Amino acid sequence: MIGAEHLTYAYGDRPVVDDTSLIARPGRVLGLIGPNGSGKTTLLRMLYGSLRPSHGRVTIDERPLEAWSRRELARKLAVVVQESGAESTLTVAEQVMLGRLPSLGTFRRTSTGDHEIVGDALARVGATHLADRPFTALSGGERQRVLIARALAQQGEFLLLDEPTNHLDIRYQHEVLDLVSSVVDSALIVLHDLNLAARYCDDLVLLDRGRVAAAGTPDEVLDPELLQQVYAIHASRAELDGHPQLLFRPLRHARSNA
Amino acid sequence: MAVEEAVRAPQSIADPATLARRTTWRARAWLLGLSLAMLLSLVAGVSLGAVAIPLVDVARVIGHHLFLVPEQRTWSAPRDSIIWDVRVTRALLAMFVGAGLAVCGVALQGMVRNMLADPFLLGVNSGASTGAAAAILFGISLGIGEHALPASAFAGALAASLLVYAIARSGGRVTSVRLLLAGVTVGYALQATTSFLIFASDSAEGARSVMFWLLGSLALAEWGAPLAVVAIVVLATVALLTLGGRQLDALAIGDETALTLGIAPEKLRTALLVLVALCIGVLVAASGSIGFVGLVVPHLARRAVGSAHVRVIPVAALMGGILLVWADVAARTLLAPQEIPIGIITSLIGAPFLLVLVRRLHVSSAA
Repeated sequence: MIGAEHLTYAYGDRPVVDDTSLIARPGRVLGLIGPNGSGKTTLLRMLYGSLRPSHGRVTIDERPLEAWSRRELARKLAVVVQESGAESTLTVAEQVMLGRLPSLGTFRRTSTGDHEIVGDALARVGATHLADRPFTALSGGERQRVLIARALAQQGEFLLLDEPTNHLDIRYQHEVLDLVSSVVDSALIVLHDLNLAARYCDDLVLLDRGRVAAAGTPDEVLDPELLQQVYAIHASRAELDGHPQLLFRPLRHARSNA
Repeated sequence: MAVEEAVRAPQSIADPATLARRTTWRARAWLLGLSLAMLLSLVAGVSLGAVAIPLVDVARVIGHHLFLVPEQRTWSAPRDSIIWDVRVTRALLAMFVGAGLAVCGVALQGMVRNMLADPFLLGVNSGASTGAAAAILFGISLGIGEHALPASAFAGALAASLLVYAIARSGGRVTSVRLLLAGVTVGYALQATTSFLIFASDSAEGARSVMFWLLGSLALAEWGAPLAVVAIVVLATVALLTLGGRQLDALAIGDETALTLGIAPEKLRTALLVLVALCIGVLVAASGSIGFVGLVVPHLARRAVGSAHVRVIPVAALMGGILLVWADVAARTLLAPQEIPIGIITSLIGAPFLLVLVRRLHVSSAA
């Protein structure tokens, strides 16, 4: 379980995340949504210890984050960050093997067991055939799959992803999120797209200017009135496969057609 | 669906373990081949020179000294001295310096994530040059005796890297960009200082020897403490970097990635910087500024065995060693009995290579 209690983070004197609390429970996929600059990525970075909050604290399994060593943490939380290492000329198999780093440490050599874990991770994301390709030669969707495989090879309990659908076309956006929800039990995903969040997340936290504007199921959080306040856009709700889906229209047009 | 299956159809069904074994064997083959080439190069490096010495004599003299073969000496004392005291030490120094420059280049390119980074980018060699210039021109040597030049150069190198580190650190975080900028800035400032020292000194002879030293030379090689220090430092650097290869792989992808894999990126970068600064300081003190080896060899090594540092580091070490032994042969023989500064040779070899590299970078980014 990941807990954030009254987290605040400020660049200079402007708070980006302001007194925010949330809980990510095991067995659930939690989506972190909100407009640009609402503090989603900053909040995520505090959760995995890349940024130190100015106030408040993060707990992992009810133990404060500072009490975890970096390596322990890397065996608990697997993170797919936005920095893709697009210049990295490692092969896909080598890239995924890096996921074993927290378990291996400096002096242990990779064993057959590690190779099996890597093979399994690649198979789970459907990237077995890419194993000997250089990472640089992959398409955006393939890269994202490989990075998820690397995270799987870490064998952590929680998967954290920072906008994994960025720069992917619509088919791969769905493919990547479908993959995440099918291969892991517990995940926390920062997402831009509200309809993707509605379809693939069990719970949502909506951030607005660094504060939690709403938290709950997609059905509760994706409320057109609330979205209008937060995003300044007019949203109409529909339903698809049992998930709420949204259609948007600028407020200006909404007024003139009303 | 059919299209999808065609797209997804495995092009090569090889599990990661098999692939890893294949890569490991390939790397072992390279290491074996390069080790043999290294040995042959050392022998050739001893044999070739202003006066070529037959291989048989080389083997005899080396065998005599190395294995204490109690053979009747059939060669003259001067020949013995030329082979054992001059050429063997020089070839060994070339090997260690080349290996050290190459692995420091690999480490730096990885840690600052810039394929055009070079050990001298950190201003370390400029610091060493300033130290050496001060020693030669103003005779700081008075107190420290025969090792004044390398000692002063080493002090300069360390002072320069401390300065670079302090500047890069000033914002609280040592990032790649800060490190690069600090290195370039300190490098220029120290180059200006060296030029000023040369300009301000009256000694034409002194200026000439500073210039010679700036262009790199292995002529100071001799049996004794300096060669031993170079050997130990280079071997330790190669071993440590190889052991830390996986960490370096992660750091080369990005700070955030390294962090999420359980590595503290800034601590690792600082540790690497200390290691590289010490190693380069020792190398520059022993041989002056020898450019391009640390820039070019890492690329050759990556082409041979891929970019995982566990394999690149040892391969780069051997390639660097071989390259410098042959560069030294060229330096001694091309204009014999005149000796060309070895830095000129490595730059002549390195520059065209760099051009090819830049072209390829351009092509791959355009594609």
